[in-house]
Amino acid sequence: MQIHDHPTLKAEARNLNFYYGEAKALKGINMPIYDKKVTALIGPSGCGKSTYLRSFNRMHDLYPGNRYEGEIRFYPDNTNLLSPDVDPIEVRMRIGMVFQKPNPFPKSIYENVAYGLRVRGENNKRVLDDKVEHALKGAAIWDEVKDRLSDLASNLSGGQQQRLCIARALATDPELLLFDEPTSALDPIATGAIEELVHELKKRVTILIVTHNMQQAARVSDYTAYMYLGELIEFGKTDEIFIKPQDKRTEDYITGRMG
Amino acid sequence: MQPTSLTTEQIRALIAKGKMKDAIFKGMGIFCLAVALLVIVLLVSDMVAKGSERLTVDFFLNFASRRATQAGILSAWVGSLLVMLVTALAAVPLGVAAGVYLEEYAKRNWLTEIIEINITNLAAVPSIVYGLLALGIFVYTFGFGQSILSAGLTLALLILPIIIVSTREAIRAIPAMIREGSMAVGATRWQTCRYHIIPYAMPGILTGVIIGLARAIGETAPIITIGALTFIAFLPPVPFTEVSPGVSAGLFDWVMSPFTVMPIQIFNWTSRPDPAFEINAAAAGFVLMAMVLTMNAIAIYLRYKMRKNIKW
Repeated sequence: MQIHDHPTLKAEARNLNFYYGEAKALKGINMPIYDKKVTALIGPSGCGKSTYLRSFNRMHDLYPGNRYEGEIRFYPDNTNLLSPDVDPIEVRMRIGMVFQKPNPFPKSIYENVAYGLRVRGENNKRVLDDKVEHALKGAAIWDEVKDRLSDLASNLSGGQQQRLCIARALATDPELLLFDEPTSALDPIATGAIEELVHELKKRVTILIVTHNMQQAARVSDYTAYMYLGELIEFGKTDEIFIKPQDKRTEDYITGRMG
Repeated sequence: MQPTSLTTEQIRALIAKGKMKDAIFKGMGIFCLAVALLVIVLLVSDMVAKGSERLTVDFFLNFASRRATQAGILSAWVGSLLVMLVTALAAVPLGVAAGVYLEEYAKRNWLTEIIEINITNLAAVPSIVYGLLALGIFVYTFGFGQSILSAGLTLALLILPIIIVSTREAIRAIPAMIREGSMAVGATRWQTCRYHIIPYAMPGILTGVIIGLARAIGETAPIITIGALTFIAFLPPVPFTEVSPGVSAGLFDWVMSPFTVMPIQIFNWTSRPDPAFEINAAAAGFVLMAMVLTMNAIAIYLRYKMRKNIKW
């Protein structure tokens, strides 16, 4: 089923439908996510790209009235992430998320990163110290905060807070990392730092990123999916999508005629 | 066709008219505020003026007496503090747990709707009704008698809705993204509550607790209903001290002790024919007022301290 030069599958949406109450927000999505690659989700506001992203870690389960249909297969163990038999907490333990607006907890920098480990029952100071440092280095913020780990996270700048949130997600070694428009609240310099980081991170983790910014999708991603009105219009390698889109609607969006 | 643009004079006239209304409203606001403040100042200064000659150390250390000059509030203020302790110990865990459950766990359905409406209604139930309920349940059915325990639990019931409502409001003020951030790393609901929701809601919860306690400390009706005594010339037994030859008090013996509280002491003194007791009543009223204001001050300070670190 895989196309010859594609790498291993990490996840795969199969006939995914999603409903907010009566409203159908995702319509029959079929899409692969490749291992250790960056996949960008683009499309105009309200096209369902965030809804799709948040299906991967079952965020919709937090609110009543939401309903999934279909499957998201997660590999190598071939688990259906959306199965009612799979606990959403198990899913979130394997899949990390970075939000649109930096949302550090009103605690110290250290505690923000250590939280995921504490949730998993890790209380050994040496292990925590070690993993916190490793995660902060992974998120390229260690040098800026190493001397003030007990400072409040809210004292950091917006860009630093977002990298702290990335460190928080990295600390527990997720297999897939979801980014929901991670730079939309940041200035261009902080945005550049995050994009560079995403590029670096794909060596160790699969990334799915929602972005409003097409240049960003072109810069950071290996694969791009264009969504419109809850449907997946086109999926392919990023350079192919941007140079030679197959669908007229994708082309209109990319060339700025729509959206 | 009317001209659409205004001349400079017209604009200035409009602004002047608007500003005048501003000034009138501001004046009215200040007047209303002044009336409210004046009432408090008058009340307090009247009590101080009337009661000042009783406001000595002895007044705090003397038991009730038939002679006004020797009568003090020792058993009343100790009783009030102990009753408040029982009230807080009972109402805070119950109220906070109920609030957290309703906000974080309960599914939205007709049952929770009914519970919510009932909590709001409970807050409006007259306190004497709580007194009657407590008389039946705590004093007789459970056999707690006319004790500090009965009084504390009665007042706990009374302020439970206040604590539940303030807990819920404090939780609602926490942005959804904080909850999502916690859940997204794989936390359970309880972990999210334990590490985030409850700590961040604490300043608001604390405000509710103090407002509740400040109301409870001044309650008279339900305490009279359950039978607080008005003339008590002893203190509840201090744990582990000798109460009678060879017998020492247990850790919790004091909760079963008869008691009186500040408002009942005040009520008792004002209802006496001897006008000398009015001085005692005024002095005790001032002390009660000071207790309430101190509690509020502590609440404001703690809230300020806690909120300093909570920013999103």
